[in-house]
Amino acid sequence: MDHGAPMKEIFGIWFNLSNVMMLIVAATIVFLIAFISTRNLKLKPTGMQNFMEWIMDFVKGLIKSNMDWKDGGRFHVLGITLIMFIFVSNLLGLPFAVVVNGDLWWKSPTADPTVTMTLAVLVIALSHYYGIKMKGLKGYGASYLKPMPFLLPLNIIEEFANTLTLGLRLYGNIYAGEILLTLLAASASTGILGFAASIVPMMAWQGFSIFIGTIQAFIFVMLTMVYISHKVADDH
Amino acid sequence: MFFDHLVLGAAGEFLNIGDIIVTLVIFSLLMLLLKKFAWGPLMGVMQQREELIASEIEAAENSRQESHKLLEEQRAILKDASTQAQQIVENAKKQGEVSREDIITTARAEAGRMKDAAVQEIANEREKAIAAVRDEVVALSLLAASKVLDKEISEEENRQLINETIAKAGELQ
Repeated sequence: MDHGAPMKEIFGIWFNLSNVMMLIVAATIVFLIAFISTRNLKLKPTGMQNFMEWIMDFVKGLIKSNMDWKDGGRFHVLGITLIMFIFVSNLLGLPFAVVVNGDLWWKSPTADPTVTMTLAVLVIALSHYYGIKMKGLKGYGASYLKPMPFLLPLNIIEEFANTLTLGLRLYGNIYAGEILLTLLAASASTGILGFAASIVPMMAWQGFSIFIGTIQAFIFVMLTMVYISHKVADDH
Repeated sequence: MFFDHLVLGAAGEFLNIGDIIVTLVIFSLLMLLLKKFAWGPLMGVMQQREELIASEIEAAENSRQESHKLLEEQRAILKDASTQAQQIVENAKKQGEVSREDIITTARAEAGRMKDAAVQEIANEREKAIAAVRDEVVALSLLAASKVLDKEISEEENRQLINETIAKAGELQ
């Protein structure tokens, strides 16, 4: 279970090739789903268009519960892409894991802290960018002195804590799920008895992992909108 | 170390900046592509539908108001017509009354006139009859007298005499 990673150095920068591959796979799947289901758009929606519209409305509801649609509308595309990308990424590692020469190739890209932290930092950076853009430097700075000026250190710490928890929550959930799946799969491959003993917990855990993957995608987008609205909205 | 694999980025002793770059690039690219090929058109359609629904609701509201207005109009026209009909009937009744009155008066007058004329006629006839009877009586008397006297008296004188006698007799009666 303690597999290595296919590391490679290109121009002095280290790449985890399995991450690169899985990110591309996840992005491709998301793009294909979205692209295929939005062909042939009709005013009276059918089939996959309904599903896509449901996702859009769902994310729209998430944004609206945190801020005005006037402010939050610009984050709609970010929210839908995030939720679909993270959802697909979370599920990618569930059906199987591929290990080649001791290197783990097929896994969830979100089971890697680098990837999740990158997404988290991206979101927090966006929240700061739009905070400055929409409220001005003065309003942005003043938000650190709320509700009381002496809370400034806490507010600064909060920014880092938010970033860390946002990224690590996702990573932890998915990574833990994969570890347990790997353990169960390992015991299933020990023989007839092992297979019989692990088939039921395996199925249960896979089902639970699908649930966790969905919930984590939802939580990530939800918190994204919460953090952005803290920076962007005038009132809390 | 025992806890080595729990350290972030535990795959190596280095930060894999490449993954960060790749994640950022792929995610941004995915977002842009989806915005162009999927979310954009989908949002457009949803917007279009929203507008369609809004316009349909507005049209329905408009036609509802229109029909309401028409209904009111029709109702007013109907009311007007019924009032008019009533008025016409009333007028006709009044007219009938008047002409009835008229006809009766005329008929009464006519009848009166005819009665008067008849009375007059009767009176005239009576006068005439009386005169004729008188003449006859005079002639008879003359005849009788001449027979009695057996003498031709001047008819003029006699007539005078007899007329006086008759007048006296009339007065005596």
